[in-house]
Amino acid sequence: MAKHKTKNEPFALTKYSPDQLKEALRKMHLIRKFEEGAEDSYTRGLIHGTMHLSIGQECSAVGSCMPLADDDQITSTHRGHGHCVAKGAEVARMFAEFFGKETGYCKGRGGSMHIADVEKGNLGANGIVAGGIPIAVGAALTSKRLNTGKVVLCFFGDGANNEGAFHESLNMASVWKLPVVFVCENNKYGMSTSIERSTAVENISDRAAGYSMPGVTVDGNDFNAITEAIDTAVERARAGEGPSLVESLTYRWRGHSKSDRNRYRTKDEISDWMSKDPIVRFTSFLVEHSVLTEDEAQAIEADVEAEIAAGIEFAKTSPDPLITDVSRDVYTEALS
Amino acid sequence: MNAPVNTADLETVEMSYSEAIKDAMDIALGSDERVILMGEDIGVYGGAFQVTGDLVHKYGEERVMDTPISELGGAGVAVGAALTGLRPIFEFQFSDFATLAMEQIVNQAAKVRYMLGGEVSVPVVMRFPAGSGTGAAAQHSQSLEAWLAHVPGLKVIQPSTPHDVKGMLLQALEDPDPVMIFEHKLLYKTKGMVPQGYYTVPIGKAEVRREGTDVTIVATSIMVHKSLAAAEELQKAGISAEVIDLRTIRPIDPETVLASVEKTSRLVCVYEGVKTLGIGAEISAMVAESHAFDFLDAPILRLGGSDNPIPYNPELEKASVPQVDGIVASVADLVKGKI
Repeated sequence: MAKHKTKNEPFALTKYSPDQLKEALRKMHLIRKFEEGAEDSYTRGLIHGTMHLSIGQECSAVGSCMPLADDDQITSTHRGHGHCVAKGAEVARMFAEFFGKETGYCKGRGGSMHIADVEKGNLGANGIVAGGIPIAVGAALTSKRLNTGKVVLCFFGDGANNEGAFHESLNMASVWKLPVVFVCENNKYGMSTSIERSTAVENISDRAAGYSMPGVTVDGNDFNAITEAIDTAVERARAGEGPSLVESLTYRWRGHSKSDRNRYRTKDEISDWMSKDPIVRFTSFLVEHSVLTEDEAQAIEADVEAEIAAGIEFAKTSPDPLITDVSRDVYTEALS
Repeated sequence: MNAPVNTADLETVEMSYSEAIKDAMDIALGSDERVILMGEDIGVYGGAFQVTGDLVHKYGEERVMDTPISELGGAGVAVGAALTGLRPIFEFQFSDFATLAMEQIVNQAAKVRYMLGGEVSVPVVMRFPAGSGTGAAAQHSQSLEAWLAHVPGLKVIQPSTPHDVKGMLLQALEDPDPVMIFEHKLLYKTKGMVPQGYYTVPIGKAEVRREGTDVTIVATSIMVHKSLAAAEELQKAGISAEVIDLRTIRPIDPETVLASVEKTSRLVCVYEGVKTLGIGAEISAMVAESHAFDFLDAPILRLGGSDNPIPYNPELEKASVPQVDGIVASVADLVKGKI
């Protein structure tokens, strides 16, 4: 007998198959363990530069990408590893990029801050706060103009909501009714400055009213809440009704970047959020609703660990770029 | 890609520089669905300098798009559209307003391809009405082309004639990378013979506008015309000046410049942008670092914009950028060994 969906049933159970939900859990683990692996490799001196970890925000990334079709597109941020995995990237090529190798997604030219996977529709992370927002609107313009049916999902953080590019972009997307979904992952701090000290409105989603588009604030660590909000926004975009702004409340467990000494927030605050681990929360939800068993959940985690280990090995053994290729790809056709 | 066209086979017609730009955009809009125009007041208003004119009536508001007064966002939308399959031509109302959009031009358009390991291209064309001489003072008269020419990943051109601006704009649309076109506002009404229909003029190739034997003048944009006028005067004084129209400032064409300096043994650079750290410094260094250095019989001379914002008073405004009389006097002094 087909399962009857009642009105009170959680959104994700009405919308996604058990296999899709298990895959969502797998991706959350993959993001967590990818970043732990990257952090460990950084500490051991295998990765240089810096990185911005999203540990604690996995549900927001995966949940936001759930309603997207394969050929829909995203733009991402400096805290973009989770978005990249959520949109379907292989962790081996991501590790290779972090290790600066020719086999990386950006052939070792971009690193953590510019990770992209164009084939899977990830147009790239961005080192400039709000830099990707107008680009997402441009991609949505292409979709509308060429009638491709693609929806563009634009990730940015709370810090971006005070950049001019944010305001200009939301306005244009609304004036032109473009198929774009703005997803503000509000993790409470733009580097060290809290939203209370930087942002005049109580909710960043309140900004949507200024641009005549729907704006909602949801718990981004609640898989049902984030998928339902994004699904509504994606459907609206796909129907030609224009953009939406979804504020996804979440929290990064780690500092802003590797230089952060956490002087602007308390240990209690961090440990409180860590006690509400979104992956544990999602796992409990799935077990509670008999989507999988505890054993199956552990098996998923173990599989991911093996994938991470293999990915790091792939990165370590991949070739470095040739020094003589340093100017390659500045232009599409090499200048004479 | 359109096949190369031999312009000798095309009928020519006299048109102004701005009409030539519009003609190029008309051809592009008519032949390629991916081409769109974006900018402030380029629709029914026709553009601040009437370059887009009535194109909106021919192609509609969806392809000739008035943007809000949002230079950063608008330029970024053009970059994102180019990244994903359109061929936008983005008009800055005045080149000065590019300062509001430097993030998208410098951090995004110029670098996305490289940062992503060559996985994407950004075939965006941006147009910048530039230069002084209109009495618009300091924030509407600048020549900022050297700023953008400093950025790897961009191509920067300064066509000086109606023929070139049409052909180079059409070439820019063939180019897979971002091309920045600086159009001197005083050139818009200048006229010249322009081939009808489709043709291209290469990016990265300078042109010898006048042959000479005593001195090489390398000029850009409107300074090509001022240098040609100066060369006429110098001829009367028995000085034979060769005038090179650089046309592209990134990538620069070294061959044409070096061959000319080898022939004349003297080099003068004339450009409207601020002289200090400008295009002339690059040309001078290029010659100094090359085999052509051995051929020099005189110091290299740069004539560029003075180190001040463009003033409102017309005499002060003229005094801030090279003029024909000044070019004549400086070149004559150089050739006579007074410098």
